Amino acid sequence: MMQSIVFFLLAALTLGGALAVINLKNIVHSVLCLIVTFLGVAGIFLTLRADFLAAVQVLVYAGAVSILVIFALLLVNQGDGKMAETNPYSRFGYLGVAAAMLFFGFLSFSLIKTTWQTTGIAAAATSVGEIGVRLLSQYVIAFELAAVLLLVAMVAAIIIGREVKDHA
Amino acid sequence: MLEIGLTHYLLLGAALFAIGLFGAIGKKHVISILLSIELMLNAVNINLLAFSKFLPLSNGAGEIFSIFVIVIAAAEVAIGLAIAIALYRSKGSLDLDKFNLLRW
Repeated sequence: MMQSIVFFLLAALTLGGALAVINLKNIVHSVLCLIVTFLGVAGIFLTLRADFLAAVQVLVYAGAVSILVIFALLLVNQGDGKMAETNPYSRFGYLGVAAAMLFFGFLSFSLIKTTWQTTGIAAAATSVGEIGVRLLSQYVIAFELAAVLLLVAMVAAIIIGREVKDHA
Repeated sequence: MLEIGLTHYLLLGAALFAIGLFGAIGKKHVISILLSIELMLNAVNINLLAFSKFLPLSNGAGEIFSIFVIVIAAAEVAIGLAIAIALYRSKGSLDLDKFNLLRW
């Protein structure tokens, strides 16, 4: 009872925030609604008993990513200072609506038709210590690759984003 | 009151992914499309965690995969924003309709 109320509230928050991200005219407002969506997803993670992932979601997405996006937006969007019409639809807007509806219809149809062999009992929460042990034993190669990828991404972001020197 | 099961979470993930798909196809601004991609990655994370909780034998692998998805998303948004800033510097705009150098 309580569980379903919480789930539907969080789902409404998430989907409403996501729709606002797409539909708002001012792109800064879009990013602010994106933070709402991220927090809703973090709540969904909590209902799935993934405490660590919920904390990471708040720290990385709602904290770091959205602030980074706002920084980049305010760097590129100065112009005349008008932000009111900065997030328009392209000429593929109706195509996008059609594709999304078709995709969602197909997915929901097949999801409802499928019977999953669920456990019945909810799995126990995975502790942070357990995740850490697995990351450094079973998934250690992927872990190291992710570390290298983050380093490469950081170097690439600095090199792409810095001011271009005139070589002439 | 109905029980919240795996299907509810998967439907939520599908809806979030569809909204992100709509944004990625239908928006004009480069950063707006990046935001839509972030929405889609979040939907994938919801699906992974739902499977990790409800299916037997998953043994918590969904949480590990979600961590890697978050890492990739962080790298993607950093590079994407750097490219957006570089584009703005060379073109003076982030309107995707103006980037048609490869069209003939």
